[in-house]
Amino acid sequence: MLEKALEGQPRYWGWLIFLLALIGAAAFGYSFQYREGLSITGMSRDVSWGFYIANFTFLVGVAASAVMLVLPYYLHHYKTFGRITILGEFLAIASVVMCILFIVADLGKPARVNNVLLHPTPNSILFWDMIVLNGYLFLNLIIGWTTLAAERKELPPPKWVKPLIYLSIPWAVSIHTVTAFLYAGLPGRGFWLTAILAPRFLASAFAAGPAVLILLSFLVRGLTKFDAGKEARETLAKIVCYAIIMHLFFFFLEVFTVGYSMIPSHLAHLKYLYFGYHGAGGLVPFVWTALVAGFAAIVLLIVPRFRQKEGLLITGCILVFVCTWIDKGMAMISGGFVPNPLHEVTEYAPTNLELLITFGVYGVGALVLTILYKVAVSIKQQEELR
Amino acid sequence: MTFNRRDFLKVAGLSAAVGLGGNAAFELIFPGQVDAAEEMKQSPTELTAKRWGMVIDVKKLTPGLRKTITDACHINHNVPTIEPPKNLKWIWEAPFEHVFTEVEQEYLEEAVKESPMLAMCNHCDNPPCVRVCPTKATFRRADGIVMMDMHRCIGCRFCMAACPYGSRSFNFYDPRKYLPDPVPNTAYPTRTKGVVEKCTFCTERLVTGQLPYCVEAAQGAMLFGDMSDAGSAPRKALRSRFSIRRNPGLGTQPQVYYLV
Ligand code: SF4
Repeated sequence: MLEKALEGQPRYWGWLIFLLALIGAAAFGYSFQYREGLSITGMSRDVSWGFYIANFTFLVGVAASAVMLVLPYYLHHYKTFGRITILGEFLAIASVVMCILFIVADLGKPARVNNVLLHPTPNSILFWDMIVLNGYLFLNLIIGWTTLAAERKELPPPKWVKPLIYLSIPWAVSIHTVTAFLYAGLPGRGFWLTAILAPRFLASAFAAGPAVLILLSFLVRGLTKFDAGKEARETLAKIVCYAIIMHLFFFFLEVFTVGYSMIPSHLAHLKYLYFGYHGAGGLVPFVWTALVAGFAAIVLLIVPRFRQKEGLLITGCILVFVCTWIDKGMAMISGGFVPNPLHEVTEYAPTNLELLITFGVYGVGALVLTILYKVAVSIKQQEELR
Repeated sequence: MTFNRRDFLKVAGLSAAVGLGGNAAFELIFPGQVDAAEEMKQSPTELTAKRWGMVIDVKKLTPGLRKTITDACHINHNVPTIEPPKNLKWIWEAPFEHVFTEVEQEYLEEAVKESPMLAMCNHCDNPPCVRVCPTKATFRRADGIVMMDMHRCIGCRFCMAACPYGSRSFNFYDPRKYLPDPVPNTAYPTRTKGVVEKCTFCTERLVTGQLPYCVEAAQGAMLFGDMSDAGSAPRKALRSRFSIRRNPGLGTQPQVYYLV
């Protein structure tokens, strides 16, 4: 099937070359980080995780959100998702690949990463995160590939993938839950020390992932004439809408508990993010942008009249992306480190080199996604011609 | 002491051998980045305890003394001097309200409140850093010391997020670039970039029958001993004076006590 990725118009090849150039530039950037250590990042003794881990967290959510397609399609035989499910599964694969790259990029000693396997430590959540992420990657690779291969031969998917498909449903939930547990179990970090963290992660993921997928489906339609279907997008838009409402609702629950109890070690982080704390407020404009974008997205997505207009649907999805990416990709991680457990304030901002490496990882994701989508779309279109 | 350093080094050596494939490849591209384990010997004079612990008498700490103490630690452990925020510190001075965030005592005795405290690793009985480490590079010895294996650490910094006392430092830079040549204490290993480090209660000194550098430098302001022994110096001090610990509400059971 992979041969489908080797034929394409100049536009396709141009895009691949652009991505390879971006990845090459980022790899060059990474060689500096490898030589000079993480000193080239904006991280510090107080904010010891930054952009890499934040984007990792966001993308775990995008990966997990494939369940929003797999579950209706395979469990409830919701036929409308017949054309878009494979796009969701392949988006999950690209996302997990990026997640793994972000983790490795964040390590101080990447050459020793195999120590996690040599000294398996079940009491560490990172150990479990490694297991669920790799497991999810393989599940989606196997499921996506075999169902597509079967479709190409005009056969129903082999029977043995069914159990794997069912397994992938709770597995998707597990990857984001475990990722939330990385943070939610740390005694000294009031911002993360809340049981709502995992549900909040899942809610924002189920908004962000399908929103990205809707945008991608428009892109695919524009470039290849392959249309995942207006009705499928319409259903997805409803999912996005309710998920973003849940996300903001969970956020409100957190704000109430923290704000009303007024326990300083929890309150300080919200103060820092939304109003600034002891003169430091680098994230204030961003978090408010996220909040406004979230509410605006709800308006656009909840009213059928708006949602059905393509331009407004696209706008709504972009707003959801802005809201959830700022929330997880910027505020969630450094917000938890500022102030530090000693109530001292050190702010964080990524350096240019850190940004370049981050873009490079997104470039790898785009490359994987392009190739997988090329294969999927070629096969789907071939099948429809028959 | 039930913990056996030799066993531990064996495990570390084995893992290094197994991991050689990956390391060797990196070694080719970036030579000198992969370090070797250093054998340390045990001696008959070694100090042992069921549960090591420390008491700091904050009233005896003068500004000069605090500096002598932190210098003694950092110089002898080859801790490089790097400007914040990417700095490293094993023991350091910080205002009372930062060290004891949960005390929130507005009208505390001025002498205590206004003099900076010393902060360091608490060698908790229930250490969150050990719980989260994915490689057991941070581990708790049988004698209670929370120890680091810098040869195993992958630099994920999970332990830094987990420590509620800010006691851990990461080598963002190659520390050797920030140390004089030769290093201040050639008998103590330097670290590489990319690993986490912290106070070790001077395990290397206990082996040779000496007390930690800070205790030696503190002229009686810091007491070190076996917390399970009611007759030990720290236990006697705790009986005679009121003491506090850093954020005990988190259940970490810190083993550094402050006499106030
Ligand atoms: S940085 Fe090193 S010591 Fe800390 S948790 Fe990671 S592997 Fe363990």
